[in-house]
Amino acid sequence: MAEIAVSLWRGKADGNYQVYRVPQRDNQTVLDVVTWVQRNVDPTLAYRFACRVGMCGSCAMTVNGRPRWTCRTHTAKVVNNGKLEIGPLANLPIIKDLACDLRPFFEKWQKAKGVFSPRLTRQDTIERIVPTTAARLAADAAVECINCAVCYAACDTVRWNADYLGPAALNRAWTLLNDVRDTGNRQRLAAVAATGGCHACHSHQSCQQHCPNALNPTASIAGLKRHTMQAYLRGELE
Amino acid sequence: MNGKRGEPNTGGHRRDPLWLAAWLHRISGLALAAFLPLHFLVFALVLSSKAALDGFLRWTANPAVKVAEAGLVFLLTLHLLGGIRILLLENLPWFAGHKQLVAGALLTASMLALVFLVRAA
Amino acid sequence: MNVRLYVLQRASAAVMAPLLLIHLGVIFYASRRGLSASDILARTRGSLFWGAFYATLVVAAATHAAIGVRVVASEWTRWHGGMLEALMWACGLLLAALGLTAVAAVVLV
Repeated sequence: MAEIAVSLWRGKADGNYQVYRVPQRDNQTVLDVVTWVQRNVDPTLAYRFACRVGMCGSCAMTVNGRPRWTCRTHTAKVVNNGKLEIGPLANLPIIKDLACDLRPFFEKWQKAKGVFSPRLTRQDTIERIVPTTAARLAADAAVECINCAVCYAACDTVRWNADYLGPAALNRAWTLLNDVRDTGNRQRLAAVAATGGCHACHSHQSCQQHCPNALNPTASIAGLKRHTMQAYLRGELE
Repeated sequence: MNGKRGEPNTGGHRRDPLWLAAWLHRISGLALAAFLPLHFLVFALVLSSKAALDGFLRWTANPAVKVAEAGLVFLLTLHLLGGIRILLLENLPWFAGHKQLVAGALLTASMLALVFLVRAA
Repeated sequence: MNVRLYVLQRASAAVMAPLLLIHLGVIFYASRRGLSASDILARTRGSLFWGAFYATLVVAAATHAAIGVRVVASEWTRWHGGMLEALMWACGLLLAALGLTAVAAVVLV
Protein backbone atom coordinates (compact mmCIF):
# COMPACT_ATOMS: atom_id res chain seq x y z
CA MET A 1 0.00 0.00 0.00
CA ALA A 2 1.24 3.49 -0.79
CA GLU A 3 2.51 5.52 2.12
CA ILE A 4 2.84 9.25 2.73
CA ALA A 5 5.86 10.67 4.56
CA VAL A 6 4.05 13.22 6.73
CA SER A 7 6.07 15.91 8.52
CA LEU A 8 4.11 17.06 11.56
CA TRP A 9 5.14 20.00 13.72
CA ARG A 10 5.80 18.82 17.27
CA GLY A 11 6.31 21.02 20.30
CA LYS A 12 5.92 24.76 20.66
CA ALA A 13 7.56 27.60 18.73
CA ASP A 14 10.98 26.04 19.39
CA GLY A 15 9.81 22.60 18.28
CA ASN A 16 10.51 20.83 15.01
CA TYR A 17 8.95 18.67 12.32
CA GLN A 18 8.82 14.92 12.87
CA VAL A 19 8.17 12.51 10.04
CA TYR A 20 5.56 9.76 10.24
CA ARG A 21 4.74 7.13 7.62
CA VAL A 22 0.98 7.06 7.06
CA PRO A 23 -0.93 4.71 4.72
CA GLN A 24 -2.36 6.65 1.78
CA ARG A 25 -5.99 5.86 1.07
CA ASP A 26 -8.57 6.94 -1.50
CA ASN A 27 -10.81 9.84 -0.42
CA GLN A 28 -8.48 10.65 2.45
CA THR A 29 -8.31 14.11 3.97
CA VAL A 30 -5.41 15.74 5.78
CA LEU A 31 -7.49 15.57 8.99
CA ASP A 32 -7.75 11.79 8.45
CA VAL A 33 -3.95 11.67 8.28
CA VAL A 34 -3.47 13.62 11.50
CA THR A 35 -6.09 11.51 13.26
CA TRP A 36 -4.43 8.29 12.05
CA VAL A 37 -1.09 9.39 13.54
CA GLN A 38 -2.66 10.29 16.86
CA ARG A 39 -4.57 7.01 17.10
CA ASN A 40 -1.97 4.59 15.73
CA VAL A 41 1.46 6.08 16.38
CA ASP A 42 1.58 8.86 18.94
CA PRO A 43 -1.35 9.64 21.26
CA THR A 44 0.48 12.72 22.55
CA LEU A 45 -0.08 14.56 19.25
CA ALA A 46 -2.22 17.65 19.94
CA TYR A 47 -4.61 18.96 17.28
CA ARG A 48 -8.13 20.41 16.99
CA PHE A 49 -11.21 19.41 15.05
CA ALA A 50 -14.94 19.31 15.63
CA CYS A 51 -17.45 18.86 12.83
CA ARG A 52 -14.96 17.31 10.33
CA VAL A 53 -17.34 18.28 7.48
CA GLY A 54 -16.24 21.83 6.62
CA MET A 55 -18.64 23.85 8.75
CA CYS A 56 -16.89 24.84 11.96
CA GLY A 57 -13.35 25.85 10.91
CA SER A 58 -11.74 24.23 13.99
CA CYS A 59 -9.38 22.01 11.98
CA ALA A 60 -7.54 24.86 10.27
CA MET A 61 -3.79 24.14 10.02
CA THR A 62 -0.88 24.98 7.76
CA VAL A 63 -0.59 22.41 4.96
CA ASN A 64 2.52 22.64 2.74
CA GLY A 65 2.94 26.23 3.85
CA ARG A 66 -0.66 27.39 3.35
CA PRO A 67 -3.50 27.71 5.90
CA ARG A 68 -6.49 25.53 5.07
CA TRP A 69 -9.27 23.45 6.59
CA THR A 70 -7.72 20.00 6.89
CA CYS A 71 -11.08 18.20 6.80
CA ARG A 72 -11.72 19.72 3.35
CA THR A 73 -8.25 19.09 1.94
CA HIS A 74 -7.88 15.80 0.13
CA THR A 75 -4.42 14.26 0.40
CA ALA A 76 -4.52 13.47 -3.32
CA LYS A 77 -4.48 17.22 -3.97
CA VAL A 78 -1.59 18.14 -1.69
CA VAL A 79 0.76 15.16 -1.40
CA ASN A 80 3.93 15.96 -3.36
CA ASN A 81 6.21 13.05 -4.31
CA GLY A 82 4.79 11.10 -1.41
CA LYS A 83 5.43 13.95 1.05
CA LEU A 84 3.16 16.20 3.09
CA GLU A 85 3.96 18.90 5.64
CA ILE A 86 1.49 19.93 8.36
CA GLY A 87 1.97 22.62 10.99
CA PRO A 88 -0.08 24.89 13.24
CA LEU A 89 -1.63 28.09 11.87
CA ALA A 90 0.76 31.00 11.40
CA ASN A 91 0.69 34.32 13.26
CA LEU A 92 -0.66 32.79 16.49
CA PRO A 93 1.16 31.48 19.58
CA ILE A 94 1.64 27.71 19.40
CA ILE A 95 0.16 25.87 22.39
CA LYS A 96 1.40 22.45 21.32
CA ASP A 97 2.02 20.67 18.02
CA LEU A 98 -0.83 21.57 15.65
CA ALA A 99 -2.93 23.56 18.12
CA CYS A 100 -2.46 27.31 18.47
CA ASP A 101 -3.86 29.93 20.81
CA LEU A 102 -6.66 31.85 19.15
CA ARG A 103 -7.05 34.40 21.92
CA PRO A 104 -5.15 37.21 20.09
CA PHE A 105 -7.43 36.63 17.10
CA PHE A 106 -10.57 37.08 19.19
CA GLU A 107 -9.14 39.97 21.18
CA LYS A 108 -8.61 41.84 17.93
CA TRP A 109 -12.18 40.98 16.94
CA GLN A 110 -13.34 42.81 20.07
CA LYS A 111 -10.91 45.66 19.47
CA ALA A 112 -12.36 46.21 15.99
CA LYS A 113 -15.79 46.49 17.65
CA GLY A 114 -16.91 43.38 15.81
CA VAL A 115 -19.74 43.10 18.31
CA PHE A 116 -23.39 43.81 17.60
CA SER A 117 -24.86 46.76 19.55
CA PRO A 118 -28.63 46.55 19.33
CA ARG A 119 -31.04 49.45 19.46
CA LEU A 120 -34.16 47.42 20.12
CA THR A 121 -34.95 45.11 23.03
CA ARG A 122 -36.89 41.86 23.17
CA GLN A 123 -39.94 43.93 24.10
CA ASP A 124 -39.91 45.72 20.75
CA THR A 125 -41.34 44.48 17.48
CA ILE A 126 -38.76 42.68 15.35
CA GLU A 127 -37.29 45.12 12.85
CA ARG A 128 -37.98 44.31 9.19
CA ILE A 129 -34.80 44.27 7.12
CA VAL A 130 -35.04 44.75 3.36
CA PRO A 131 -32.62 42.19 1.88
CA THR A 132 -31.99 44.08 -1.34
CA THR A 133 -30.61 47.37 -0.10
CA ALA A 134 -26.99 48.07 -1.01
CA ALA A 135 -26.00 48.02 2.66
CA ARG A 136 -27.71 44.70 3.36
CA LEU A 137 -26.18 43.13 0.22
CA ALA A 138 -22.75 44.33 1.33
CA ALA A 139 -23.27 42.88 4.82
CA ASP A 140 -24.61 39.59 3.47
CA ALA A 141 -21.63 39.16 1.16
CA ALA A 142 -19.30 39.19 4.15
CA VAL A 143 -21.39 37.73 6.95
CA GLU A 144 -20.63 34.00 6.59
CA CYS A 145 -17.35 34.22 8.51
CA ILE A 146 -16.97 31.41 11.05
CA ASN A 147 -13.78 32.77 12.67
CA CYS A 148 -11.52 29.95 11.51
CA ALA A 149 -8.48 32.30 11.39
CA VAL A 150 -7.27 31.01 8.00
CA CYS A 151 -7.23 34.57 6.62
CA TYR A 152 -5.39 35.81 9.71
CA ALA A 153 -2.77 33.09 9.23
CA ALA A 154 -2.37 33.90 5.53
CA CYS A 155 -1.85 37.63 6.07
CA ASP A 156 1.70 39.04 6.00
CA THR A 157 0.51 42.39 7.32
CA VAL A 158 -0.64 40.55 10.45
CA ARG A 159 2.83 38.98 10.61
CA TRP A 160 4.67 42.28 10.12
CA ASN A 161 2.42 44.60 12.14
CA ALA A 162 1.59 43.49 15.68
CA ASP A 163 -1.11 46.16 15.96
CA TYR A 164 -2.95 45.11 12.82
CA LEU A 165 -6.47 43.95 13.65
CA GLY A 166 -6.48 41.51 10.76
CA PRO A 167 -8.81 40.61 7.91
CA ALA A 168 -11.47 38.69 9.88
CA ALA A 169 -12.01 41.33 12.57
CA LEU A 170 -12.20 44.11 9.99
CA ASN A 171 -14.47 42.06 7.75
CA ARG A 172 -16.86 41.63 10.70
CA ALA A 173 -16.70 45.35 11.49
CA TRP A 174 -17.71 45.99 7.87
CA THR A 175 -20.78 43.76 8.13
CA LEU A 176 -21.89 45.57 11.29
CA LEU A 177 -21.22 48.97 9.72
CA ASN A 178 -23.73 47.98 7.07
CA ASP A 179 -26.26 46.59 9.55
CA VAL A 180 -29.11 49.08 10.02
CA ARG A 181 -30.00 47.52 13.38
CA ASP A 182 -26.60 48.33 14.89
CA THR A 183 -25.93 51.48 16.92
CA GLY A 184 -22.19 51.21 17.53
CA ASN A 185 -20.83 52.76 14.33
CA ARG A 186 -19.24 55.87 15.80
CA GLN A 187 -16.98 53.80 18.06
CA ARG A 188 -16.53 51.18 15.35
CA LEU A 189 -15.30 53.70 12.77
CA ALA A 190 -12.91 55.16 15.31
CA ALA A 191 -11.63 51.66 16.13
CA VAL A 192 -10.95 50.75 12.50
CA ALA A 193 -9.45 54.15 11.69
CA ALA A 194 -6.84 53.96 14.43
CA THR A 195 -3.30 52.60 14.09
CA GLY A 196 -3.54 48.92 13.20
CA GLY A 197 -6.94 49.43 11.62
CA CYS A 198 -8.11 49.07 8.06
CA HIS A 199 -5.48 51.47 6.67
CA ALA A 200 -2.69 49.06 7.54
CA CYS A 201 -4.02 46.67 4.90
CA HIS A 202 -1.91 46.57 1.73
CA SER A 203 -4.47 44.64 -0.32
CA HIS A 204 -2.21 41.61 -0.81
CA GLN A 205 -5.46 39.65 -1.10
CA SER A 206 -3.96 36.60 0.66
CA CYS A 207 -7.06 36.58 2.86
CA GLN A 208 -9.40 36.47 -0.11
CA GLN A 209 -7.32 33.82 -1.88
CA HIS A 210 -7.36 31.48 1.14
CA CYS A 211 -10.83 31.97 2.71
CA PRO A 212 -12.57 28.57 2.64
CA ASN A 213 -15.94 30.33 2.58
CA ALA A 214 -14.93 32.40 -0.46
CA LEU A 215 -15.27 35.65 1.48
CA ASN A 216 -13.39 38.77 0.44
CA PRO A 217 -11.98 40.68 3.42
CA THR A 218 -9.91 42.82 1.03
CA ALA A 219 -13.14 44.21 -0.41
CA SER A 220 -14.65 44.70 3.06
CA ILE A 221 -11.53 46.52 4.20
CA ALA A 222 -11.64 48.70 1.08
CA GLY A 223 -15.20 49.60 2.11
CA LEU A 224 -13.96 50.52 5.59
CA LYS A 225 -11.23 52.68 4.02
CA ARG A 226 -13.85 54.58 2.00
CA HIS A 227 -16.14 55.10 5.01
CA THR A 228 -13.37 56.20 7.36
CA MET A 229 -11.88 58.51 4.74
CA GLN A 230 -15.26 60.20 4.22
CA ALA A 231 -15.84 60.47 7.97
CA TYR A 232 -12.35 61.94 8.41
CA LEU A 233 -12.83 64.51 5.67
CA ARG A 234 -16.17 65.51 7.19
CA GLY A 235 -14.42 66.02 10.54
CA GLU A 236 -16.31 63.20 12.23
CA LEU A 237 -13.11 61.40 13.24
CA GLU A 238 -10.24 62.85 15.23
CA MET B 1 12.53 10.49 13.20
CA ASN B 2 13.35 14.16 13.56
CA GLY B 3 12.78 16.67 10.80
CA LYS B 4 14.28 20.12 10.29
CA ARG B 5 14.51 22.55 13.21
CA GLY B 6 13.59 26.22 13.01
CA GLU B 7 10.01 27.33 12.76
CA PRO B 8 6.94 26.00 10.99
CA ASN B 9 6.93 26.63 7.25
CA THR B 10 4.14 29.14 6.65
CA GLY B 11 5.19 30.99 3.51
CA GLY B 12 3.05 29.26 0.88
CA HIS B 13 0.97 32.37 0.22
CA ARG B 14 4.12 34.13 -1.00
CA ARG B 15 3.93 32.12 -4.21
CA ASP B 16 0.68 33.86 -5.20
CA PRO B 17 0.88 36.41 -8.05
CA LEU B 18 -1.02 39.08 -6.10
CA TRP B 19 1.39 38.81 -3.19
CA LEU B 20 4.30 39.06 -5.61
CA ALA B 21 2.68 42.16 -7.11
CA ALA B 22 2.52 43.75 -3.67
CA TRP B 23 6.15 42.84 -2.98
CA LEU B 24 7.27 44.32 -6.33
CA HIS B 25 5.26 47.44 -5.56
CA ARG B 26 7.07 47.84 -2.26
CA ILE B 27 10.56 47.15 -3.66
CA SER B 28 10.03 49.48 -6.62
CA GLY B 29 8.80 52.20 -4.26
CA LEU B 30 11.88 51.89 -2.06
CA ALA B 31 14.18 51.90 -5.10
CA LEU B 32 12.50 55.00 -6.54
CA ALA B 33 12.64 56.77 -3.18
CA ALA B 34 16.37 56.02 -2.97
CA PHE B 35 16.93 57.22 -6.55
CA LEU B 36 15.05 60.52 -6.22
CA PRO B 37 17.66 62.47 -4.21
CA LEU B 38 20.28 61.62 -6.88
CA HIS B 39 17.86 62.65 -9.62
CA PHE B 40 17.29 66.01 -7.91
CA LEU B 41 21.00 66.59 -7.26
CA VAL B 42 21.73 66.11 -10.98
CA PHE B 43 19.44 68.94 -12.00
CA ALA B 44 20.76 71.11 -9.20
CA LEU B 45 24.18 70.82 -10.95
CA VAL B 46 23.02 73.55 -13.29
CA LEU B 47 23.33 75.92 -10.32
CA SER B 48 27.09 75.54 -10.57
CA SER B 49 27.15 75.77 -14.36
CA LYS B 50 25.39 74.52 -17.46
CA ALA B 51 28.62 72.74 -18.35
CA ALA B 52 28.45 70.74 -15.13
CA LEU B 53 25.01 69.42 -16.05
CA ASP B 54 26.14 68.76 -19.64
CA GLY B 55 29.13 66.81 -18.36
CA PHE B 56 26.89 64.58 -16.29
CA LEU B 57 24.39 64.11 -19.11
CA ARG B 58 27.18 63.06 -21.46
CA TRP B 59 28.20 60.45 -18.89
CA THR B 60 24.66 59.02 -19.01
CA ALA B 61 25.18 58.17 -22.69
CA ASN B 62 27.25 55.22 -21.40
CA PRO B 63 25.40 51.95 -22.28
CA ALA B 64 25.53 50.68 -18.71
CA VAL B 65 23.80 53.86 -17.55
CA LYS B 66 21.17 53.50 -20.27
CA VAL B 67 20.38 50.01 -19.01
CA ALA B 68 20.04 51.40 -15.49
CA GLU B 69 17.77 54.17 -16.79
CA ALA B 70 15.63 51.58 -18.57
CA GLY B 71 15.43 49.80 -15.23
CA LEU B 72 14.17 53.00 -13.63
CA VAL B 73 11.55 53.40 -16.37
CA PHE B 74 10.46 49.82 -15.59
CA LEU B 75 10.25 50.46 -11.85
CA LEU B 76 8.42 53.77 -12.26
CA THR B 77 5.86 52.36 -14.70
CA LEU B 78 5.32 49.26 -12.55
CA HIS B 79 4.85 51.26 -9.36
CA LEU B 80 2.56 53.74 -11.12
CA LEU B 81 0.31 51.11 -12.71
CA GLY B 82 0.23 48.99 -9.55
CA GLY B 83 -0.64 52.08 -7.56
CA ILE B 84 -3.50 52.93 -9.90
CA ARG B 85 -4.83 49.39 -9.47
CA ILE B 86 -4.81 49.86 -5.67
CA LEU B 87 -6.50 53.27 -5.92
CA LEU B 88 -9.23 51.70 -8.07
CA LEU B 89 -9.57 48.70 -5.72
CA GLU B 90 -9.99 50.95 -2.70
CA ASN B 91 -12.36 53.51 -4.21
CA LEU B 92 -14.56 51.65 -6.69
CA PRO B 93 -16.91 48.72 -6.04
CA TRP B 94 -15.06 45.41 -6.13
CA PHE B 95 -14.05 44.18 -9.58
CA ALA B 96 -12.49 40.92 -10.70
CA GLY B 97 -9.41 40.45 -12.88
CA HIS B 98 -6.66 41.62 -10.55
CA LYS B 99 -4.24 38.93 -11.66
CA GLN B 100 -4.76 39.97 -15.28
CA LEU B 101 -4.19 43.62 -14.38
CA VAL B 102 -0.97 42.71 -12.60
CA ALA B 103 0.19 40.76 -15.65
CA GLY B 104 -0.74 43.71 -17.85
CA ALA B 105 1.21 46.11 -15.65
CA LEU B 106 4.32 43.89 -15.78
CA LEU B 107 4.02 43.62 -19.56
CA THR B 108 3.53 47.36 -20.07
CA ALA B 109 6.42 48.25 -17.78
CA SER B 110 8.71 45.77 -19.54
CA MET B 111 7.72 47.01 -22.97
CA LEU B 112 8.21 50.66 -22.08
CA ALA B 113 11.64 49.90 -20.63
CA LEU B 114 12.56 47.92 -23.74
CA VAL B 115 11.42 50.72 -26.07
CA PHE B 116 13.46 53.18 -24.00
CA LEU B 117 16.53 51.00 -24.30
CA VAL B 118 16.13 50.42 -28.03
CA ARG B 119 15.72 54.15 -28.71
CA ALA B 120 18.80 54.87 -26.67
CA ALA B 121 20.92 52.43 -28.64
CA MET C 1 -0.65 53.81 9.41
CA ASN C 2 -3.86 55.61 10.43
CA VAL C 3 -6.59 57.49 8.58
CA ARG C 4 -4.66 60.77 8.42
CA LEU C 5 -1.52 59.26 6.90
CA TYR C 6 -3.65 57.08 4.62
CA VAL C 7 -5.54 60.06 3.18
CA LEU C 8 -2.26 61.93 2.55
CA GLN C 9 -0.67 58.86 1.00
CA ARG C 10 -3.55 58.13 -1.36
CA ALA C 11 -4.17 61.80 -2.20
CA SER C 12 -0.52 62.34 -3.12
CA ALA C 13 -0.70 59.17 -5.25
CA ALA C 14 -3.82 60.41 -7.03
CA VAL C 15 -2.15 63.78 -7.72
CA MET C 16 0.97 62.09 -9.05
CA ALA C 17 -0.71 59.56 -11.35
CA PRO C 18 -1.56 61.95 -14.21
CA LEU C 19 1.60 64.02 -13.63
CA LEU C 20 3.79 60.94 -13.87
CA LEU C 21 2.15 59.83 -17.11
CA ILE C 22 3.12 63.23 -18.50
CA HIS C 23 6.59 62.91 -16.97
CA LEU C 24 7.06 59.55 -18.71
CA GLY C 25 6.14 61.32 -21.93
CA VAL C 26 8.73 64.00 -21.17
CA ILE C 27 11.37 61.30 -20.53
CA PHE C 28 10.73 59.69 -23.89
CA TYR C 29 10.57 63.03 -25.70
CA ALA C 30 13.73 64.39 -24.05
CA SER C 31 15.70 61.23 -24.80
CA ARG C 32 14.78 61.12 -28.51
CA ARG C 33 18.30 62.28 -29.21
CA GLY C 34 21.09 62.55 -26.64
CA LEU C 35 20.27 64.48 -23.47
CA SER C 36 21.74 67.97 -23.21
CA ALA C 37 21.43 70.80 -20.75
CA SER C 38 20.51 73.27 -23.48
CA ASP C 39 17.58 71.15 -24.66
CA ILE C 40 16.23 70.72 -21.14
CA LEU C 41 16.70 74.35 -20.11
CA ALA C 42 15.16 75.64 -23.35
CA ARG C 43 11.93 73.96 -22.21
CA THR C 44 12.06 74.79 -18.53
CA ARG C 45 13.72 78.20 -18.18
CA GLY C 46 11.11 80.83 -17.36
CA SER C 47 8.26 78.37 -17.79
CA LEU C 48 5.49 78.93 -15.25
CA PHE C 49 3.85 75.72 -16.42
CA TRP C 50 6.86 73.44 -15.90
CA GLY C 51 7.69 75.22 -12.66
CA ALA C 52 4.22 74.58 -11.26
CA PHE C 53 4.11 71.07 -12.74
CA TYR C 54 7.37 69.88 -11.23
CA ALA C 55 6.96 71.73 -7.94
CA THR C 56 3.63 69.91 -7.48
CA LEU C 57 5.19 66.60 -8.45
CA VAL C 58 8.06 67.12 -6.00
CA VAL C 59 5.81 67.95 -3.05
CA ALA C 60 3.49 65.04 -3.81
CA ALA C 61 6.42 62.64 -4.26
CA ALA C 62 8.09 63.80 -1.05
CA THR C 63 4.85 63.25 0.90
CA HIS C 64 4.15 59.90 -0.71
CA ALA C 65 7.68 58.55 -0.36
CA ALA C 66 8.05 59.73 3.24
CA ILE C 67 4.86 58.02 4.37
CA GLY C 68 5.71 54.92 2.32
CA VAL C 69 9.17 54.64 3.85
CA ARG C 70 7.65 55.07 7.31
CA VAL C 71 5.19 52.23 6.74
CA VAL C 72 7.88 49.90 5.38
CA ALA C 73 10.14 50.73 8.34
CA SER C 74 7.27 50.08 10.77
CA GLU C 75 6.76 46.61 9.28
CA TRP C 76 10.27 45.50 8.37
CA THR C 77 12.38 47.02 11.17
CA ARG C 78 12.00 47.26 14.93
CA TRP C 79 11.66 51.04 14.81
CA HIS C 80 8.58 52.50 16.48
CA GLY C 81 6.79 55.68 17.56
CA GLY C 82 9.10 58.69 17.64
CA MET C 83 11.78 57.04 15.48
CA LEU C 84 9.28 56.39 12.69
CA GLU C 85 7.96 59.93 12.94
CA ALA C 86 11.51 61.32 12.70
CA LEU C 87 12.34 59.05 9.74
CA MET C 88 9.23 60.18 7.90
CA TRP C 89 9.91 63.88 8.40
CA ALA C 90 13.59 63.49 7.53
CA CYS C 91 12.78 61.73 4.24
CA GLY C 92 9.99 64.12 3.37
CA LEU C 93 11.92 67.29 4.09
CA LEU C 94 15.06 66.03 2.34
CA LEU C 95 13.17 65.09 -0.81
CA ALA C 96 11.18 68.33 -0.80
CA ALA C 97 14.27 70.48 -0.25
CA LEU C 98 16.37 68.73 -2.91
CA GLY C 99 13.45 68.56 -5.31
CA LEU C 100 12.38 72.17 -5.06
CA THR C 101 16.03 73.21 -5.40
CA ALA C 102 16.22 71.21 -8.62
CA VAL C 103 12.99 72.77 -9.91
CA ALA C 104 14.25 76.25 -9.08
CA ALA C 105 17.58 75.47 -10.73
CA VAL C 106 15.99 74.64 -14.09
CA VAL C 107 13.12 77.11 -14.05
CA LEU C 108 14.46 80.31 -12.57
CA VAL C 109 16.15 82.57 -15.01
